[in-house]
Amino acid sequence: MMISNGIEDEEKWLAEGIAGIQHNAFYLHRALDSNNLREALKYSALLLSELRTSRLSPHKYYELYMRAFDELRRLEMFFKDENRHGCSVVDLYELVQHAGNILPRLYLLCTVGSVYIKSKEAPAKDVLKDLVEMCRGVQHPVRGLFLRSYLAQISRDELPDIASEYEGEGDTFMDAVEFVLQNFAEMNKLWVRMQHQGPLREREKLDKERNELRDLVGKNLHVLSQIEGVDLEIYRDTVLPRVLEQVVNCKDELAQYYLMDCIIQVFPDEYHLQTLETLLGACPQLQSAVDIKTVLSRLMERLSNYAASSPEVLPEFLQVEAFTKLSNAIGKVIEAQVDMPIVGAITLYVSLLTFTLHVHPDRLDYVDQVLGACVKKLSGKAKLEDSRVTKQVVALLSAPLDKYNDIVTALTLSNYPRVMDHLDAATNKVMAMVIIQSIMKNNTCVSTSDKVEVLFELIKGLIKDIEGTSTDELDEEDFKEEQNSVARLMHMLYNDDPEEMLKIINTVWKHIMAGGPKRLPFTVPPLVFSALKLVRRLQVQDGDVAGEEVPATPKKIFQLLNQIIEALSVVPSPELALRLYLQCAEAANDCDLEPVAYEFFTQAFVLYEEEVADSKAQVTAIHLIIGTLQRMNVFGIENRDTLTHKATGYSAKLLKKPDQCRAVYACSHLFWVDDQDGTKDGERVLLCLKRSLRIANAAQQMVNVTRGSSGPVTLFVEILNKYLYFFEKGSPQITGAAIQGLIELIKTEMQSDSTTSNPASDAFFASTLRYIRFQKQKGGAMGEKYDPIKL
Amino acid sequence: MVLVLALGDLHIPHRASDLPPKFKSMLVPGKIQHIICTGNLSIKEVHDYLKTVCPDLHIARGEYDEEIRYPETKTLTIGQFKLGVCHGHQVIPWGDLDSLAMLQRQLDVDILVTGHTHQFTAYKHEAGVVINPGSATGSYSSITYDVNPSFVLMDIDGLRVVVYVYELIDGEVKVDKIDFKKTTGSNT
Repeated sequence: MMISNGIEDEEKWLAEGIAGIQHNAFYLHRALDSNNLREALKYSALLLSELRTSRLSPHKYYELYMRAFDELRRLEMFFKDENRHGCSVVDLYELVQHAGNILPRLYLLCTVGSVYIKSKEAPAKDVLKDLVEMCRGVQHPVRGLFLRSYLAQISRDELPDIASEYEGEGDTFMDAVEFVLQNFAEMNKLWVRMQHQGPLREREKLDKERNELRDLVGKNLHVLSQIEGVDLEIYRDTVLPRVLEQVVNCKDELAQYYLMDCIIQVFPDEYHLQTLETLLGACPQLQSAVDIKTVLSRLMERLSNYAASSPEVLPEFLQVEAFTKLSNAIGKVIEAQVDMPIVGAITLYVSLLTFTLHVHPDRLDYVDQVLGACVKKLSGKAKLEDSRVTKQVVALLSAPLDKYNDIVTALTLSNYPRVMDHLDAATNKVMAMVIIQSIMKNNTCVSTSDKVEVLFELIKGLIKDIEGTSTDELDEEDFKEEQNSVARLMHMLYNDDPEEMLKIINTVWKHIMAGGPKRLPFTVPPLVFSALKLVRRLQVQDGDVAGEEVPATPKKIFQLLNQIIEALSVVPSPELALRLYLQCAEAANDCDLEPVAYEFFTQAFVLYEEEVADSKAQVTAIHLIIGTLQRMNVFGIENRDTLTHKATGYSAKLLKKPDQCRAVYACSHLFWVDDQDGTKDGERVLLCLKRSLRIANAAQQMVNVTRGSSGPVTLFVEILNKYLYFFEKGSPQITGAAIQGLIELIKTEMQSDSTTSNPASDAFFASTLRYIRFQKQKGGAMGEKYDPIKL
Repeated sequence: MVLVLALGDLHIPHRASDLPPKFKSMLVPGKIQHIICTGNLSIKEVHDYLKTVCPDLHIARGEYDEEIRYPETKTLTIGQFKLGVCHGHQVIPWGDLDSLAMLQRQLDVDILVTGHTHQFTAYKHEAGVVINPGSATGSYSSITYDVNPSFVLMDIDGLRVVVYVYELIDGEVKVDKIDFKKTTGSNT
């Protein structure tokens, strides 16, 4: 109720004030029109009396002020034209001082003063000095601020600056500076005094009113920056020290914050760079409630932009030791403000780091220093839990990654891992993912085992369970994404030198082996393939270096591979392990290492026997075994026989008859290898094919019994195709007669009443016959071969 | 003109971290009508990525695929052509063209797309054409040494298919093309 009454009242008073001004303005204009000086002075004094009110808030007072201001402009024009009023400006200056009340008197005096200076009948500096001192007569904050603001406004164009018309003997820009500094100091004092005026419960209203007036005070700094005579030297020796003195001594937090920021924004960056020590020296002297970190951040931001836009000034930054000064200042501020929360300190360091990365990107020692300061600040505290702080720390750690586009550089910062150690487990993982993504995005190659070691330490949150966490808590999708990222990362770890590459592989293994059963299926395969790639590189290289103990040999790598794949047994992941063993077997074959290849095959078979239970998985697994074995050329007869015997045996023991049939005829290829040294055992080929035929027959009968009809003849057609294959290869045991017989068999089956017609197998048979016809029509050796077969 | 992308054996993330950037920038969504994939992606993220390139995606199961429900073989008709896809680890000896021809006769398709060897081939035989798009990431293979990343784009137009093979050699994308014509009438 009180407040709304207050606002209504204010509106009323403002309206009254405006009416008063308008009323007197009417008579003022009449006086001006008739060149009546006396009347003009009378009515302008009355008009200005409205500004004596103390009932208006600054916002409303301003409206009143503006109206008075407009009238004073007219008055000034009148004063300027001596012909109109016949009074010399000197006399005028004296005359207006007879006005009754001090406020109107001073407004009139300032107005005349402006004319006086323009007339050049007195040195500008004398008039200005007089005015700035006289204004002391008004000590009421709002009224005084507006009065002095008026003074500043009208004197603006008459300051004795270099090359201005008001420069003269004894009238220099230093006088202008002095004037503005004094006006500024007085205005600040008035402004600060407002703070102690109102009762404490109206604090919010007071702050608002003070903020409404702040630009009046700040304008003076702007004017100072515009005075041409103020160069770096003057700024450094006179302007800045005086302004800072005022800022520090006023001991008012609102003023201090605003004015520090104003200084930074208004004066050129070049000046700040050269006066860094002075400027920063003021910071610890400010009230503890001042948000100094924002001020410092803005300063650093300006300087960063300055460096970015004008690279030629970079040497200057080094010369003034900008980094050291800023770093020390921040340290002092943090020390002085004991109650500053951690998030504040870290935010400051983030700003400093951003500055460093912009201005001195090549100075990794500076970057490391900033990180080190953070470590110091964070140590002794428990792991961070405040999300604002962790957000800032993540920003701190991401900045070097973004800047350098190269994780390798970040890896050389000794304090980087130490900062990461202070993150809680969840944020640690977030940061680890950020690091991996940076590597992937920039296609960075991490090329030494030392760097890999540092990297895997950094991302250890992803690699294993660190204290207090367990993989059970994780969302499955997130976990998969994490682990797949780690897997992708492994392909970025590479060195051309085999020794170093092996070291890298060993380092990675050391880290991932502790990952546990949930992680190993993701991390083991990429490591295995990295190792296999290395084996191939060594295999392709020229011979051994005689006499030297070479750590990186295929044999040693296969030993390591055995260990690595074996780790999958804890998961357990038999199907994956089986595939990896077969890959190793092939690689060992290519290196001519028969016992190693045999050992890998043994492992694969053991897994097949003991662990692969699912029938579908068995089918795939046995085909992989057969396919791999078919390509092996390193085995001697005994070993080969043992393995092929096993393969064929397991093929025949698959659960479903069609699967058995197909696996067995696939085995036929084990006995026929097309290259010049390869086995070409036509007898055993035929044995396999006959066996698969028997199985196909049995399958047909089974279908007959269980469903009352014959199954599709597909299997027979498949076997027929295999007969043709070996027939064409020239296996003497596969005769045209046998093929003929098989064709008749199929035809009979297809025509039999009990057979369900199956378009697919019909088409298959048809295309097979078409193929035979095609081969017959070829003529030449092939045509001859096929001649006995009649369709 | 129907564009069909054929690729496979990416082996992400076991053997490769991603498709080569030069390939990725070529695979713009909306330009291709069908994708035929020989398998071994091997994770869902790759599946999802391929879907964004073209929603009509046909995949055959490779032995490392995370998704076990992809079929062993698949056939589809595009225009005048019947196409079939099979990863190829099931056809022994691996990469043997005569054995693949048998599969082609069995599936009764004009074009058989198959993988596993990581070696690009395009081969015409009695029953039709066998195309192996190689490995799109150039990943390690126990069968082929020095694998270059490759994929195939087929332009099917009436009875004619032009097979473009894109291969990344020493950092540059090289393109080659082969023409195949089908005789009128289906294979009886």
